[in-house]
Amino acid sequence: MAASPAARSLAGYARWRWWELALLAALPLSWLLLPGQSLLLNEIAIVALFAVSLDLILGYAGIVSLGHAAFFGFGAYTAALFAKNVMPDPLTGLAVAVGASALLGLATSVLVLRGSDLTRLMVTLGVASILYELANRLDWLTGGADGLQGVVMGALTVPGSTLAGFAFDLSGRTAYAYSLVVLAIVLVVARRLVHSPFGISLQALRDNRLRASSLGISTSLRLVAVYTIAAAIAGAAGALLAQTTGFASLDVFDFHRSAEVLLVLVIGGTGYLYGGVFGALVFKLLHDLIAAWTPQYWNFWLGLFLVALVLVGRDRFVRPWTWFARRPPP
Amino acid sequence: MLTLLFDGVAYGMLLFILAVGLAVTLGLMNFINLAHGAFAMAGGYITVLLMNRAGVPFLACLAVAFVATALLGALLERTLYRPMYARPHLDQVLFSIGLVFMAVTAVDYVVGSMQQNIRLPEWLQGRLPIEAVGIGKYRLFIVVTCALLTVALQWILSRTRFGSRLRASVDDPRTAGGLGLDVNRIFLATFAVGSGLAGLGGALGAEVLGLDPTFPLKFMIYFLIVVSVGGTTTITGPLLAALLLGIADVAGKYYVPKLGAFIVYTLMIAILLWRPQGLFARAR
Repeated sequence: MAASPAARSLAGYARWRWWELALLAALPLSWLLLPGQSLLLNEIAIVALFAVSLDLILGYAGIVSLGHAAFFGFGAYTAALFAKNVMPDPLTGLAVAVGASALLGLATSVLVLRGSDLTRLMVTLGVASILYELANRLDWLTGGADGLQGVVMGALTVPGSTLAGFAFDLSGRTAYAYSLVVLAIVLVVARRLVHSPFGISLQALRDNRLRASSLGISTSLRLVAVYTIAAAIAGAAGALLAQTTGFASLDVFDFHRSAEVLLVLVIGGTGYLYGGVFGALVFKLLHDLIAAWTPQYWNFWLGLFLVALVLVGRDRFVRPWTWFARRPPP
Repeated sequence: MLTLLFDGVAYGMLLFILAVGLAVTLGLMNFINLAHGAFAMAGGYITVLLMNRAGVPFLACLAVAFVATALLGALLERTLYRPMYARPHLDQVLFSIGLVFMAVTAVDYVVGSMQQNIRLPEWLQGRLPIEAVGIGKYRLFIVVTCALLTVALQWILSRTRFGSRLRASVDDPRTAGGLGLDVNRIFLATFAVGSGLAGLGGALGAEVLGLDPTFPLKFMIYFLIVVSVGGTTTITGPLLAALLLGIADVAGKYYVPKLGAFIVYTLMIAILLWRPQGLFARAR
């Protein structure tokens, strides 16, 4: 079959690069080589997963969201409540949380279809704020401001086998392995997704929505689909957090979280799927470093970093050798 | 009932003064400035610190709050904000969130994280004993001040030379520049006045809204609601939206305290879903 030049060029984009394989190989290696750092690495993996989900809507579909924590928090509370009230099996809980977040994403996706960037910012922020208020007020269900305590997770069992399974331990080894597996699966699936015709049409409508729709791409349906998928992945990240820490608090819905994930993604770079992973790594390590030095005022340095990043420009920021070079004429 | 309505109006007027600067930068200059609340907080803290530590009278503090935040706004506009005008919205959002985080932590570091109280002068305390309607003297003061400011703003924008220059620069900066208007300076002045008004609002509102380092984050969404619901093409739109929000919020907190801010957010989403450009926006 003779492929057309366009098909060949698209196939070229979709080919696996060496560094992608290296990254995927590095994930299990980090589990083997850094056994003492599992708690931190687990947090990094969860933030990375969360940022990857935001990348799908921001980097690929061009929707600016200030309330992505809505889905993260919804997943976290769903997983925690499910484990507490229904059954403690983590995999079932994860599936339920993902399903619930996807439904929430589907329901709220109509809100981001219309209007300008500002309207979308407001609406996403509003959805997250409403969920925050709900979690705060429904204290008989969620524990209100104290958070949801007393969540006991069951051991992680391989489905269909009769092995005893792996209990979540204090050192976080099981937790990290669990998060890593989910992250790796999501990365591979998302990679397949963004290189599919669906993913390519998303990028088309991100770049020029009018033109994309005049080419016969139904933009609304695609935005709804990608928003739902991103919500599901964010829900998975939230569920992982709740399951591995055995706790869910109002903090998961906080504005801070939405802003932080945006920052993580921007540090790593948008629109190539792995930005979230690199961003999470840099962000969490920086956080750990600065928070050890000045725990209370870490936000100041975070703010300063954001301002500097934007003023210098991200592209220049990650290439320090261009700082003193002459700017190319625009 | 009427007291409630009056409190709502006072609250709404306050929100309007706080947010009107944002309406200009956001609506006219198309710049998403989430750090607007930080200027309001600066005004509030200047007043509280001057009054409680230096014993400066209240009215003088208000003037100082306005001037100092206007200067701060001018300084930041010139150094940090101006390169941001032409950037994509995502950059502006990140940039201004960064500023908010810095402001919140800096105030926390310098003043401390506790709620600040303001001691009103004698003549503003208590209530006016009008038949059946209890009207707080301070609320009345807020309403009168804000109404005067609104009239003045409307007059400046529609009747003065500066107002027409501003409108021209906003409609088409290139043509306005070509006609010899110094667009940068007009934007600078506008930004400074907008920040100054936010500072004044923060100073006036320190007693009503409460003042602690998380102020910019807590009220960010309220300011944005005023601007995005009111639409940004006129000054009356945000005013009506602010009044609506003020009354809805006060009434909601009084009648159904269980729901809290829930009503306000739901109302906002519904309105934005119905009219994405804002309630009172003209079709462009």
